[in-house]
Amino acid sequence: MASEHHTTVKEPLIHITKNAAMPFWKGLLIRATAVVAAFLFCSLLAALFIGANPGEFIRAFIEGNFGGGAWSLARIRIWELIKGTAILLIISLAVTPAFRMRFWNIGAEGQVLISALASAAVVYYGKGIKQEWLLLVLMLIAAVAAGIIWAAIPAIFKALWNANETLFTLMMNYVATLSVAYFLVIWTKDKNGSSSLGELQRGHLPSFGNTYLVFTIIVLLTTAFMFVYLYYSKHGYEISVVGESQRTARYIGINVKKVIVRTMILSGAICGLTGFMLVAALDHTITVDTVGGRGFTAIIVSWLANFNPLIMIGTALLVVFLNLGAGQLATTFRVSNAFPDVVVGIVIFFVIGCEFFIRYKVHFRHKNRHAAGAIHSGSDHGNDQENAAPAPAIPDKGGKLK
Amino acid sequence: MFKKLISLCLAVLMVAGLCVGLAGCTNANADFKIGVILLHDESSTYDKNFINAVEDAQKALGLSNSQVIIKKNIPESNDCYVAAKDLIAQGCKVIFADSFGHEDFMIKAAKEFPAVQFCHATGTKAHTEKLDNYHNAFASIYEGRYLAGIAAGLKLKAMMEADSTIVPKIGYVGAFTYAEVISGYTSFYLGVKEIVPTVTMDVQFTDSWYDETTEKNAALALINDGCVLISQHADSMGAPSACEEKGVPNVSYNGSTESSCPNTFIVSSRIDWAPYVEYICRQTMAGKAIDTDWTGTVDTDSVKLTELGKKAPVDGTQAEIDKYKAELKAGTRHVFDTNNFTVGGEKLTSYKADVDTDEAFTPDTEVIKDGYFHESEYRSAPYFDVKIDGITWKNK
Repeated sequence: MASEHHTTVKEPLIHITKNAAMPFWKGLLIRATAVVAAFLFCSLLAALFIGANPGEFIRAFIEGNFGGGAWSLARIRIWELIKGTAILLIISLAVTPAFRMRFWNIGAEGQVLISALASAAVVYYGKGIKQEWLLLVLMLIAAVAAGIIWAAIPAIFKALWNANETLFTLMMNYVATLSVAYFLVIWTKDKNGSSSLGELQRGHLPSFGNTYLVFTIIVLLTTAFMFVYLYYSKHGYEISVVGESQRTARYIGINVKKVIVRTMILSGAICGLTGFMLVAALDHTITVDTVGGRGFTAIIVSWLANFNPLIMIGTALLVVFLNLGAGQLATTFRVSNAFPDVVVGIVIFFVIGCEFFIRYKVHFRHKNRHAAGAIHSGSDHGNDQENAAPAPAIPDKGGKLK
Repeated sequence: MFKKLISLCLAVLMVAGLCVGLAGCTNANADFKIGVILLHDESSTYDKNFINAVEDAQKALGLSNSQVIIKKNIPESNDCYVAAKDLIAQGCKVIFADSFGHEDFMIKAAKEFPAVQFCHATGTKAHTEKLDNYHNAFASIYEGRYLAGIAAGLKLKAMMEADSTIVPKIGYVGAFTYAEVISGYTSFYLGVKEIVPTVTMDVQFTDSWYDETTEKNAALALINDGCVLISQHADSMGAPSACEEKGVPNVSYNGSTESSCPNTFIVSSRIDWAPYVEYICRQTMAGKAIDTDWTGTVDTDSVKLTELGKKAPVDGTQAEIDKYKAELKAGTRHVFDTNNFTVGGEKLTSYKADVDTDEAFTPDTEVIKDGYFHESEYRSAPYFDVKIDGITWKNK
């Protein structure tokens, strides 16, 4: 690192070099520090703007996620935390393979929503289907098919005509939202009130005691599958190569178009599974807000986890934990629900910001080095001094890291 | 020394105990809690109206913030049921929800927690579910719209007197073709018709409760079509701002638009939910039953008109509104008096409305008696869905 140092120009005040490797625990420590720092900062904001002292701030986060005192409340809140994490996690898993091949799919929101719509449509139009299990199977098939179609359309356009996938998937979100609004108007045409469907009486996944248990288990299985698929399968390897360089991929005989379409089909299928679960296991209805922006939050979750499914469990948990805690803060202090968004935004900003300190090293210009640079006359002596200088500026670190 | 210390400690403890005891006595309902479930937050005018009402009721009842728990952004899904359970676990004795789509999930919770009262605004199923702890509420907002129509009629009359070429056609931007909207625009029309008997009205639907662009375009289309006065039943500023741009007088909904539309704002009607929230709290505290269907009226201060605009309304409007309001209160005047409108050229003598919600939406209840349509009497939510003469649907 130090040897890359160039000596013939005046050294800038701040100097950045790439950090090749860092022990796992050290990266974790930096990230944890960032989260703590963000919390301190948010607690300061809470004190300034809503008059919550740090104790109340922390209490809101504990209460919002784990309840306060009574077990009946704690049980509800902990399961809400698990449920929220599971939903966010499975959508994050869905967007991950595409991101690993640098296909910027921001259409998970629409893919999940259209799948949920397909599931609800099966219940609505399938009044003649008497067997509950058959109805559930059809709902699942319809949802997965809808998710795949929604994901495959932009993928095919990308593969064949190199259409911009970011814009395309984004547009598909709007089509999905408006389709839901359209069908809700049709389905509730003669009803009094508003265009809300109410609770679907059929197509409920068996709960086996706890409503969220089956869902949580399915999400964990999907996580394990995704981890193996991405890290230990040929497909996963192909995705990584396409992500690194499409030319390299072509050179070693990978059919890039096929990989793009295949990967998006997988994404769409997982979104389909999610949409099905939202209708059959969790919400028992559909509205335009069924996905509620989680298709976009999932992008951040996936990215924060560096596209690793196992780390994603933690990042999804973090985001949901923040939302529930800050939401409790807004409830306790009767402030606008914009405040939770601000808190989540700040913490994520800090976490993303700390990645910079993990990937790069910052050197500040040293006084005597500056002097050395200034009197530099092109002699070997000056060069030596310059090269030697960075080491004491960041004692030990450089050596250890290498 | 030691004895003194002990006696001092004991004295302090006793005084503290007395204080706690007295504090407990001053508020017999110290452990009363109400939980409020809202679809959105204060950024929606609809939910803002509920937040204000809950806070007003809280003040009137002298409850603390920890006794009134407000949960915002609760979707019309199973999340509503979970939110209700969460509130009950926090000790709430009454749960109130503000959106139509919350109903099924409130009923689900009501069946599970018979000791807790569930009150749902705008719903329709309480009178058929027959649960002791599940209740619906609405307000006779048609009375408010009728009075706003009187103000609009006076303005229209003045416009016609000033310019004899004006054709008395007014426009209305409605959300959906549901009874709630039909009941609303018909009562507004009948108010105007009371002052200008020759008036006709065009209605444009937007298929959304909140869509600023569509509402604005609908208002502009009506204005281009020759409508000289506009009102609306949708939640955005779309229609009022279109009117301000074109200089067309506007009757608003949910709150005053005077500040952003100073030249065209006449008046606005709104439902004040504070009397209902106060009512359900008082009944629960006293251990008394809550009405299955509660309809707020002009009389209960649930239906309100805002202050009149400073420029658009004609002089003497307030006096006329007060006159009609007194007649409504006294029961000598009915908005849907069958002498005041016709259907297909005929006077309406019998009409069956869909009061009991069912899959097929079958009309089940005779609602015309004593010469008027009994709106919001057999159920709090509106069910007037008659298409009367003089009103034209433009885009359906």
